[in-house]
Amino acid sequence: MKYPSQAVAKPYFVAAIALFIVQIAFGLILGMQYVVGDFLFPEIPFNVARMVHTNLLIVWLLFGFFGAAYYLVPEEAQRDLYSPKLATILFWVFLVAGGLTVLGYLLVPYATLAEITGNRFFPTMGREFLEQPTITKIGIVIVALGFLYNISMTVLSGRKTVVNVVLLSGLIGLALFFLFAFYNPVNLVDDKYYWWWVVHLWVEGVWELILGAILAYVLIKTTGVDREVIEKWLYIIIAMTLITGIIGTGHHYYWIGTPVYWQWWGSIFSALEPIPFFMMTVFAFNMVNQRRRDHPNKAAVLWAMGTAVMAFLGAGVWGFLHTLSPVNFYTHGTQITAAHGHMAFYGAYVMIVLTIISYAWPKMHGREAANPRAQVVEMWSFWLMSVSMVFITLFLTAAGVLQVWMQRYSETPEPFMVVQEKIALFYWMREAAGVVFMVGLLVYVASFFVKPGAAEAPAAAEAQA
Amino acid sequence: MAEVFTKNMARNMYYGGGLFFFLLFLGLTVDTELSAPERDNRGAITPQVALGKKLWEENNCIGCHSLLGEGAYYAPELGNVYERFGNSTIAIKAYIRGRPKEGIPGRRSMPQFDFSEEELDALAEFLRYANGIDTANWPPNIQG
Repeated sequence: MKYPSQAVAKPYFVAAIALFIVQIAFGLILGMQYVVGDFLFPEIPFNVARMVHTNLLIVWLLFGFFGAAYYLVPEEAQRDLYSPKLATILFWVFLVAGGLTVLGYLLVPYATLAEITGNRFFPTMGREFLEQPTITKIGIVIVALGFLYNISMTVLSGRKTVVNVVLLSGLIGLALFFLFAFYNPVNLVDDKYYWWWVVHLWVEGVWELILGAILAYVLIKTTGVDREVIEKWLYIIIAMTLITGIIGTGHHYYWIGTPVYWQWWGSIFSALEPIPFFMMTVFAFNMVNQRRRDHPNKAAVLWAMGTAVMAFLGAGVWGFLHTLSPVNFYTHGTQITAAHGHMAFYGAYVMIVLTIISYAWPKMHGREAANPRAQVVEMWSFWLMSVSMVFITLFLTAAGVLQVWMQRYSETPEPFMVVQEKIALFYWMREAAGVVFMVGLLVYVASFFVKPGAAEAPAAAEAQA
Repeated sequence: MAEVFTKNMARNMYYGGGLFFFLLFLGLTVDTELSAPERDNRGAITPQVALGKKLWEENNCIGCHSLLGEGAYYAPELGNVYERFGNSTIAIKAYIRGRPKEGIPGRRSMPQFDFSEEELDALAEFLRYANGIDTANWPPNIQG
């Protein structure tokens, strides 16, 4: 760590991992409710557990992105963070606002939460992923603006590297498109149309810029490949992201009351959306192959290659699977969507945050890398989580194919709930894979506490010096 | 390739491509808005439907159900529930009203929301309005 102010990232990373654990705990509750319908009913109904699961995911990823920016931007800009104090204040604001919101979901009925937070004055609640009370949304905007101010002042008055500029443009896009969360017309088609400007343009647009920038940074640091080479790759990848992804929004406009021509725009452009993800995989492997140094942090390099591969599989391959409109006609809103969502979020965003934490955490503690024993444990967690996520995705895909077959494609379509019971076996297997994922996550946390072996202690001390 | 395709060209592709396709997206959005009245059933939007949408949102119905295929996949699609229930708002209201408070042992069950008669009417009207949106013949059949 070159600049003391980079250390403000620490609490952000700790909060991210803590919330990640809670998120997965609620995932297990949801998985159980899929097969034992009255599990925790009526205390924690499915919709509440799902809000906690999805909202916590977004919040902890944002903690991860913010932490990543606070860590890498000063180093890239070659100056201290503009205001470490502001970063610390915003951390607590964000944590308290997020915590109160989740407690609100859990402690009172959602309608009561809407009542006491004054949703009637400015209704924005009750839409998927944007369930937060309006005041929480305003809080998110304030935190984002303060964060952007802090990061911009640092970037603009320092060395303007491509990594910093791309990261900043992604973060500005993130804040900008979130503003559509405040637009909630009565007209359902309009509502849905602009809802995607937050959801799609985040995860298949500006978030990919953030992903690309963090990945490029970690590869520069761990492979020692010439910055010029990596920067060119980064530009090409994110150019393809925007070229395919913006019009690719059209794959959400097939069946929601929008013009039929979106079936063409959406199918063609979203069929190209795997390209940037494929390029990212080629990029990561090429850079590691051409490395000029063997970085002692093997775990961070593993996460970096893993995120490229899993993002390609989850976002690229599983996205393509159901993105063409004639296919999507049958798969829209089934477990196929759930399968894609799980692996795409894990591969592209969970893993990139774990990549930067893996790289930055030892650096923030005065070491080049965690001790070899700790790294072995961390790599175990990598494989446990990644393999179990592959299985979660495969089981949900199997459930989805059967659901489509029985409920949508058959000449004698069966009712939703009848089909759900018939495919319960796959939900049970998904839940089992989910338990393994949780084990992997706990192993990941444990890896931070693994002490070096007796034989390794001198080597670790050397690395420290 | 290194000499032919420079970093500057890659950067221009990023900014130029991003800008071009965002403008194209805006253009398509304008066209979508201009032709929206033909498909979005806006004629059916009444104060009652608006109240129904508000109730739909403030009770987080999307947390279990999907509407036009979007939402959660834990409970049935409701974009065509009006048709599935025999074009009957009475049947929709009766279903919502009849949910047992303590759930059904071992099975998924919709919570009892204790809606008033006026609220039930509003919700049913909202679902009827949603059913009237032109969705390019989605879903494939009545089961949603």
